[in-house]
Amino acid sequence: MKRIALLGMPNTGKSTFFNRLTGASARIGNWPGITVDLLGAKILLGADMVEVVDLPGLYDLHGFAEDEQVVRHFLQNNPVDLLCLILNAAQIDQQLPLALQFRQLGLPTVVVLNMADEAERLGIRFDAATLAAGLDGPVCFISAKYGQGFPETLAALRQMLSRNPPTDTAALSEEFAEDEALVAEAERLIARSVTMPRVLEHDLTERIDRIVLHPVFGIPLFFFALYLLFQAVYALGGPLQDGIAWALDGFRNVVLIHFQAILPHWLYGLLVEGVYDGVGTVASFVPVIVLFFLGMALVEDSGYLSRIAFLMDALMAKLGLDGRGFVMLLMGFGCNVPALMGTRVMRSRGLRLLTMLIIPFSLCSARLQVFVFLTTALFSTTQAPLVLLALYLISFLVAFGTALLFKNRLQSHEPLLIELPPYRLPTFHQVLLRGWHEVHHFLSRATRFIIAGVVMIWLLTHLPPGVPVGGPETLAGLFGGWLEPLLRPIGIDQQMAVVLLFGFVAKEIVLGAMAVVYGLDGDALAHLMTQQMDWVQAFSFMLFTLIYTPCLSTVATMRSESKSLIFTSISIFWSLFLAWLLSFLFYQSARLLGY
Amino acid sequence: MTMVRLSDLAIGQHGIIEDLDAEGPFRQRLQALGFRIGKEVLPIRQALFGGPLHVRIGSVNVMLRRRDAALIHVWASQ
Repeated sequence: MKRIALLGMPNTGKSTFFNRLTGASARIGNWPGITVDLLGAKILLGADMVEVVDLPGLYDLHGFAEDEQVVRHFLQNNPVDLLCLILNAAQIDQQLPLALQFRQLGLPTVVVLNMADEAERLGIRFDAATLAAGLDGPVCFISAKYGQGFPETLAALRQMLSRNPPTDTAALSEEFAEDEALVAEAERLIARSVTMPRVLEHDLTERIDRIVLHPVFGIPLFFFALYLLFQAVYALGGPLQDGIAWALDGFRNVVLIHFQAILPHWLYGLLVEGVYDGVGTVASFVPVIVLFFLGMALVEDSGYLSRIAFLMDALMAKLGLDGRGFVMLLMGFGCNVPALMGTRVMRSRGLRLLTMLIIPFSLCSARLQVFVFLTTALFSTTQAPLVLLALYLISFLVAFGTALLFKNRLQSHEPLLIELPPYRLPTFHQVLLRGWHEVHHFLSRATRFIIAGVVMIWLLTHLPPGVPVGGPETLAGLFGGWLEPLLRPIGIDQQMAVVLLFGFVAKEIVLGAMAVVYGLDGDALAHLMTQQMDWVQAFSFMLFTLIYTPCLSTVATMRSESKSLIFTSISIFWSLFLAWLLSFLFYQSARLLGY
Repeated sequence: MTMVRLSDLAIGQHGIIEDLDAEGPFRQRLQALGFRIGKEVLPIRQALFGGPLHVRIGSVNVMLRRRDAALIHVWASQ
């Protein structure tokens, strides 16, 4: 069977021409020498069956774009009886050199000038005979869209087909040898001098997509992957956390203890019991946070995030959001601030504000350390992970519920178009770099807030001088006393009320605040918590901590990104109200049920 | 060959883009990702519950909602 290869620059109507030529018989097929699938069709041309292959669009037969290489590889491996080159008649001045490249190689070619009607309207006139003589082959004029000139083109193809022997693939390989040598040399040089993220091969991406985007298993698989990520973080982070706590404790008991005799009593209290214990309690959580961010960086760089947007978009659409909103909630697991800034990709204001309204409910890493500490202290080792999981679920539910309530006020009809990039294996270096960037951000934020926060809390719990530390007569006790009527119905006592007050500034200082308020750290603090509150109170406290305003940075970001004080205020009051309401409902019903 | 909307193509049914009915930034974004007249598109899969379409255009994979896919007119292969 004879074979015709269809070629042309991108956007010349080549595919429309192919469809008109082949009708509905086109099939995707594999061809020797190339890795991509091409469209081919068998048609009756005159009395013969002819195979027509639609090659990728190219600008330059000696070019190095992927499609141009595919064309060369095809021609080197598959003999062709005739080439049919489609050019845009209206852009003939730019496209004719491509036709001359074919003439130069002596390839039997029919040149088809498409969009002839458009060229005519533009006032372009052709001297067909001169052009054909210059190109050393027939030239046809068509309008592939409307079918004009089509029969003449068919006749030219039929005529040329019977006249020429098939192309000599060996000779063409020689002609293209220089191009191939350049490609090979470039590859060698790149291998030696450039590091690129490893892009998994296309078919591998397809195979992975078939699994992770599976209509039924896709979403469960995603939650399972998330579960594995958290398991890995705690399995690896737990021992590291204990190690740091042990080292900090040892340093305190071996070295710092001697300063007790040297420093004035109040200064020792401020520096060791305040700053050292407060910062130390937070610092022991750094390994978990580091691992968490490394895991997030891995997921983010792999190309999986946009697949999650694909999986979750239908659900999010019902909430007035889109798949990107869900991805931003996930990013909020790390820190709400960059997630809020990420909403910039949304053009519709309604969509953007609605997404910004729900992001603060995302259980960020700062809240996570509070929950890890309290769940470990108050629940058994089998219960603790489940409680943590419950908190993550509540985080989603509160976010979704809020979106449902507000979606009619913040409507949008923004088109959604996201690329699903090939999966990439992020290099170790990339993940480390990204992880480090996030950790650095976290630590600089944390230390700024934590040191100032714990010093302030130490002062509040120790002033005025002479009263019992942390007692009701101190400044902190005074504040706690004011808040008590409001917080007692949700099971939070005076001292924890002060902790919540500071949690408004940043959740990173909640643990530090607890350490300073109770004058204990590490295991001693955990032990004391079991005496101070039962599990119902602890869970109520965690619910409140999860839902109310994450931190001042989030508020400031919300204000600058939304450019609306009213929206920011609504967000703060809504989350405070919801935190109190849900804690109240939980606490009172748990007590009613006799827990 | 019949002209339909991209959202009407069956999964695995090729289409050749005939017209983009979109305007402004969305049209630009479509074109940036390779949605041009004459290009071939192939719906790969659709997410559950009327979710978005996964479409291949050239070597690029994209997701878009059915509502937005309805703005793209294509010649459907059989």
